[in-house]
Amino acid sequence: MATKPASAATAPPPAAIPATDALLRTDARAASPWRMAARRFFAHRLAAAGLVISILLILSAILAPALAPRDPLQISILDKFQPPLTGGFLLGADEVGRDLLSRLLYAGRISLLVGFAAMAVTVLVGTVIGLVAGFYGGRPDAILMRLTDALLCFPTVFLLLVLAAFVGASLLSITLIIGLTSWMELARILRNQTLALREQDYVQAGRALGASNRRLIVRHLLPNSLAPIMVAATLNIANAVLAESYISYLGYGIQPPAASWGNMLNNAQSYFQNAPWIALFPGVLITLTVASFNFVGDGLRDALDPRARR
Amino acid sequence: MTAYFLRRLRQSVVLLILVTIVAFGLMHLAPGGPEAVYALSPGMRAEDLQRIRASFGLDQPLPVQYVKWAAGMLTGDWGRSYRDSRPVRDVIFDRIPATLELTVTALAIAIVVGVSLGVLGALRQRSLPDYLATIGAMVALSVPTFWFGLMVIFVFAERLGWIPSGGRETLGADFSLADRLHHLIAPALVLGLVLVATWSRYTRASMIEVVNQDYIRTARAKGLGERRVIWGHAFRNAAGPLVTLAGLQIPFLFSGALVTESVFTWPGMGRLFVDSLGYRDYPVLMGVLVVTALLVIGSNLAADLLVAVVDPRIRFR
Repeated sequence: MATKPASAATAPPPAAIPATDALLRTDARAASPWRMAARRFFAHRLAAAGLVISILLILSAILAPALAPRDPLQISILDKFQPPLTGGFLLGADEVGRDLLSRLLYAGRISLLVGFAAMAVTVLVGTVIGLVAGFYGGRPDAILMRLTDALLCFPTVFLLLVLAAFVGASLLSITLIIGLTSWMELARILRNQTLALREQDYVQAGRALGASNRRLIVRHLLPNSLAPIMVAATLNIANAVLAESYISYLGYGIQPPAASWGNMLNNAQSYFQNAPWIALFPGVLITLTVASFNFVGDGLRDALDPRARR
Repeated sequence: MTAYFLRRLRQSVVLLILVTIVAFGLMHLAPGGPEAVYALSPGMRAEDLQRIRASFGLDQPLPVQYVKWAAGMLTGDWGRSYRDSRPVRDVIFDRIPATLELTVTALAIAIVVGVSLGVLGALRQRSLPDYLATIGAMVALSVPTFWFGLMVIFVFAERLGWIPSGGRETLGADFSLADRLHHLIAPALVLGLVLVATWSRYTRASMIEVVNQDYIRTARAKGLGERRVIWGHAFRNAAGPLVTLAGLQIPFLFSGALVTESVFTWPGMGRLFVDSLGYRDYPVLMGVLVVTALLVIGSNLAADLLVAVVDPRIRFR
């Protein structure tokens, strides 16, 4: 949580003003746009909470080998369906006696890895397509945007499943599939913004000075697109984690015995009678992760672009 | 108006053609091509495989196959299912009513609940209910639909026994509306939950923009009742973006429906799609992809036209 007592999460400016004076006295750069954005972000209590939880989840994934009480693949038939808090199983054991807590920790590694890597693919593709379409306009724009429109017509889960089923499921293929089916919205946002930016004086000046198109895009347009890219990146992690859970739940994602939060729910319904906790915990973790990144993304949007408040 | 309509219609047709090309291309991404599934059958000889390829027309160049398939889609011959040789069109049309029943109910729930919450949030900004609704909406957007469905089945079907754990009707029983509603309520609420969140967020944002406008003050100043001001003036002006939202939400709705249908064994297009994936039933898969995309394009078109008709501020260029 934010250490500063914010008056209301939805009203960052009043909460931020008292701090401004104090910071101004000690640091001449206190009013830099990034610092102001950071202040607006942390005044947003839910965003700050989301950031803390996201960091804890990432740390737990990185430290899984140290934190996990048992080997996540260790089968122990005698312990099957051990309820939580019994027999040394903090969160219980699954249908073949594997420790649920250890599996959840290791599953987090896979789910978060897919989330971050797919986000990287999405941001790369979305940024390139958005900037190129917006900057060049004309025919490249028309072609790229019609492709974007066409892909947006397919419900995401349908696309994900077809690709996962045909290309085959591996960590890499799942990541690429999620990344390559979710770049369209970012591309559209950046394309529209670039259309406006490229007419700005500083871009025209760069052009007059003989800057190459590539230089104009990389040095002028890209830095000015960082705010929407950062927001989209954060929200995309949330969406990618969710997407992975959907395809893994339906059996076309991460394959057992490797655990992801999605595939741990794969057979959960068959064990409702004996062990409902098997179905409970992975879902709670997915929700927690996705909500945290969503809150961070929303906070970033408010902080980086105060005009576009929702 | 007619010019605008024709322009949007032309764009939609172009989009539909692109969509069929993408769907066709996707199916041929599979290693070994669509016939690969037959190659695995025991005792399959190379010449048999060749005959299968020829009988499905898979030995022809891809552009030729595409044109034949697309022409078939236009004339109503959608090919035959690899799984049971039934005409693809019948296979899909059998499932459309169940999917529409589920999605339309979920959307209706989402609109009624979401709009109410959103208007309430906009009128009482930063109150406790507004705060809770904002958090609730974000959490609802983050819950995996299938897991929420599983939890609902566990609590209300397994433990409490209030609802059936799946299906669209009691098997073997005669048609009864009560029975159908009994089966529909849980999946529709589960599917509706995520949509409620989107609707309340958008309604709130849209209403906040409107309630501070001069004409709202004018409406109050001339002595209109608060109810008329809110619903007759403010909401009517805020509704434009919401109609567009309904159109844009359709792909999302179908994605959710696929998952909900899988969890609740609801016999709709989503489950047909998942089942057909298992059988590598390419003609059915392509058909479902095209039908969903067609519904998406159609609803976007309808939403745009509706906004244009309803909102006098929109000019036609």
